[in-house]
Amino acid sequence: MAFTLKINGTPHEVDVDGDTPLLWVLRDVLGMTGTKFGCGQALCGACTVHVDGAMTRSCITTVDSVGESEITTIEAIAQTPQGAALQKAWLELEVVQCGYCQSGQIMSAAALLKYTPKPTDDDIDAAMSGNVCRCGTYQRIRAAIKHAAGV
Amino acid sequence: MDELVLKEQIVDEAAMSRRAFLRGTGLLLGFALTGASTESVFAAPASRVVENEVTGTFAPNGFIRINPTGAVILVIPMIEMGQGVYTSLSMLLAEELEVNLDQIQVQHAPANHALYVNSIIGIQNTGGSASVRAFWTPLRQAGAVGRHLLIAAAAKRWNVDPATCRAKDGVVFDASGSKHLTYGALAKAAAKLPMPPTANVKLKDRKDFNLIGTRAKRVDSAIKVDGRALYGIDTRLPDMKVAAVAISPVLGGKAKTVDEKAALAVKGVRQVVNIDEAVAVVADHMGAANKGLQAAAITWDHGPNVKVSNADIVKQLEEESKKPGAVARNVGDVGKALAEATQRVEAIYQVPFLAHAAMEPMNCTVHLQKDRCDIWVGTQAPTITQSQVAELTGLPKDAIKIHNHLIGGGFGRRLEADGTVLAVKIAKHVDGPVKVIWSREEDIQHDMYRPYYLDRLSAGLDAAGKPVAWTHRIAGSSVMARYYPPYVKDGLDPDAVEAAAEPPYALPNIHVDFVRVEPPGVRTSWWRGVGPTHNVFVVESFLDELAHAAKQDPVAYRKGLLGHNPRVLAVLSLAAEKAGWGSPLPARHGRGISVQFAYGSYTSQVAEVEVASDGSVKVKRIVCAIDCGMYVNPDTIEAQVQGGTLFGLTAALHGSITFKDGRVEQSNFDSYLPMRIDEVPAVETHLIESIEAPGGIGEASTSIVSAAVANAIFAATGRRLRSLPFDTDSLK
Repeated sequence: MAFTLKINGTPHEVDVDGDTPLLWVLRDVLGMTGTKFGCGQALCGACTVHVDGAMTRSCITTVDSVGESEITTIEAIAQTPQGAALQKAWLELEVVQCGYCQSGQIMSAAALLKYTPKPTDDDIDAAMSGNVCRCGTYQRIRAAIKHAAGV
Repeated sequence: MDELVLKEQIVDEAAMSRRAFLRGTGLLLGFALTGASTESVFAAPASRVVENEVTGTFAPNGFIRINPTGAVILVIPMIEMGQGVYTSLSMLLAEELEVNLDQIQVQHAPANHALYVNSIIGIQNTGGSASVRAFWTPLRQAGAVGRHLLIAAAAKRWNVDPATCRAKDGVVFDASGSKHLTYGALAKAAAKLPMPPTANVKLKDRKDFNLIGTRAKRVDSAIKVDGRALYGIDTRLPDMKVAAVAISPVLGGKAKTVDEKAALAVKGVRQVVNIDEAVAVVADHMGAANKGLQAAAITWDHGPNVKVSNADIVKQLEEESKKPGAVARNVGDVGKALAEATQRVEAIYQVPFLAHAAMEPMNCTVHLQKDRCDIWVGTQAPTITQSQVAELTGLPKDAIKIHNHLIGGGFGRRLEADGTVLAVKIAKHVDGPVKVIWSREEDIQHDMYRPYYLDRLSAGLDAAGKPVAWTHRIAGSSVMARYYPPYVKDGLDPDAVEAAAEPPYALPNIHVDFVRVEPPGVRTSWWRGVGPTHNVFVVESFLDELAHAAKQDPVAYRKGLLGHNPRVLAVLSLAAEKAGWGSPLPARHGRGISVQFAYGSYTSQVAEVEVASDGSVKVKRIVCAIDCGMYVNPDTIEAQVQGGTLFGLTAALHGSITFKDGRVEQSNFDSYLPMRIDEVPAVETHLIESIEAPGGIGEASTSIVSAAVANAIFAATGRRLRSLPFDTDSLK
């Protein structure tokens, strides 16, 4: 079945079953590999994208549920003020190690800052505890979110 | 079969002297006239890498390539999986070559034993916290030789004495500074000059370092914050298909029934491949492949391992560990010392099977053709992978092209080639390239696990509380015996006893032995921290038990046994001081200390915990003191201490893989729990300045943390936890 997805401001036509997860449409059909596969069950956050600005796990979001919504991925998050500030903070504080989870971390953090521009530690815990990092960069993720938010 | 391949490889290696390796790695560098690429290959599309290789221009014969446009390409022999090795090894080269880090491009080294062997490990493997230790001298020599040749080329052109010229930031200047030539302009001429003997090329003094010892920025950060970084799982090739795979849930089982028709009815599914041990559904995208795999409704013949259970594995360890093992160390007369001791302490410790659960699930892309096999994968062991694929396909090794990638977390998992071997078996039935991706459930349930160990210890104390006798028997699987069989002599696995055979303390009578017990139906392998991850927990917990039996403070007790070991004593004292050891804490709070010498580095940690009335353990603070000799990048060290600590702490608090009816009981991040941001303690790093040779850092904090926390729990509650993960129910 054909769907037209609005991704990073551009419409994309895809022809897949309606129950196909958005993650695989992004990665395999459209070749946008910045969004990562980690668990397939919304347990790790590696696949986080924004759907109409809201933090969304693309591994359990079927393509037929997206409709007309605007999808934003890591490839375009720099175009939002939160995304740009976070990427800069990530570089200044040297957050990354293996880097695999960091697309999802930054997408979750960008959604947090959009709605909570000056987050507390509790806000950060609540928004970010769905994102797993096995390298253990959490201490720097927390510091970088605060740095980007100026708190 | 896998063992045979490895044995042959090790024989090959033995035929070449270690001296020859070092000389070779130190001097081999080439100035390849490659096309200018403005983007490092690890962020470029895979198809470009292939194209370069096919045309013969992506065949580096050393560590440094400079093309006439001035691009400086450093080929890094070890793989980047988060530990910062692309940055630290680049710093070693760039320091002596006299280029800035932002002038260089970094490339993954291909599989090439002669050029890229790690001299400590003896194979081109990334592991054992051995990268900086092994390449500290060879890479600086390679950079220095490069600088020497470029300066010589400039001096020749200017007709001046090379000794009057100097190089900085990729440019050679004459004595007056009025003439200068870039490395790019000199590359062709430098390539024609004869190699100088290494002895003639002086390495910089430490005081002249510009890069080494600084907080230089990671070379791989920018591409990891905007989705550009390419991991093996991101491989995309023309006409590539993707495959979902189901592996027999019990090791040794075979597919019994597969509904191929139902799988093929799914839109986008192209093919079902049944190789008995696993079934793959090949499709246009993973959404279709996964749906097809579900539709295939596979049933299994479970085979001989269907009754394997944790209870039986532990029972077997309990029995076997009563028998003597291969002796790792025997000093003095332990029997006599025990008999004469004033006080005797005995304990049994146990640690579980652990999965690696790296964020990037297992995956591998294969294009098998008549005369070659291309592999796109992130691997810590490219030459082993190459050998195993050669064996499997019957192709010569040089026809197996390993295109290595950034790894989304290795932790030892990618030292094994099983994922690649499985992908090649599937690819044999597929026309064209195919990318095989494991689900998270397959990844956790078909891992090669950190072995379950059971340890028996006893000690005798004299009237003053000093340990006059120490016995330690370790029982468990031997990873080394399978992976590097020549390193196991007379049944002794040096990894299984590392940090146990030689505890840092004065122990006049000590006996340590190892009993190899292979659990049926379970594959075991390397896990971050290797042998010490298990042994430091046991040794440092038991030492704490002795301090308690002697009615002494754990820090003071250790200090009394470390008089001969100044570097251990220094980190212990520093960690205790920075943690405020001895200052009062509220009820149910406690501090614990541990200390280790492993991977060439000295480490001590103090953990501070709070144990709630429901038994739950909150780790509030970790203070780490470390002496890793001369260090390359202190920011990387702090990152590794933070991350390594959390990796070990995650296992101590949550990690356990268990077997029932031959199957792994855990499957995803809801049953094999990772640590999350809301659980994380503050981790502080205190680095000791040193001019000793560099030590390893990637695993030091992983192996030391669980004992510090166990000892803190004891201090908080009076309960000694001798098994991991911590049984918090017992702390209520």
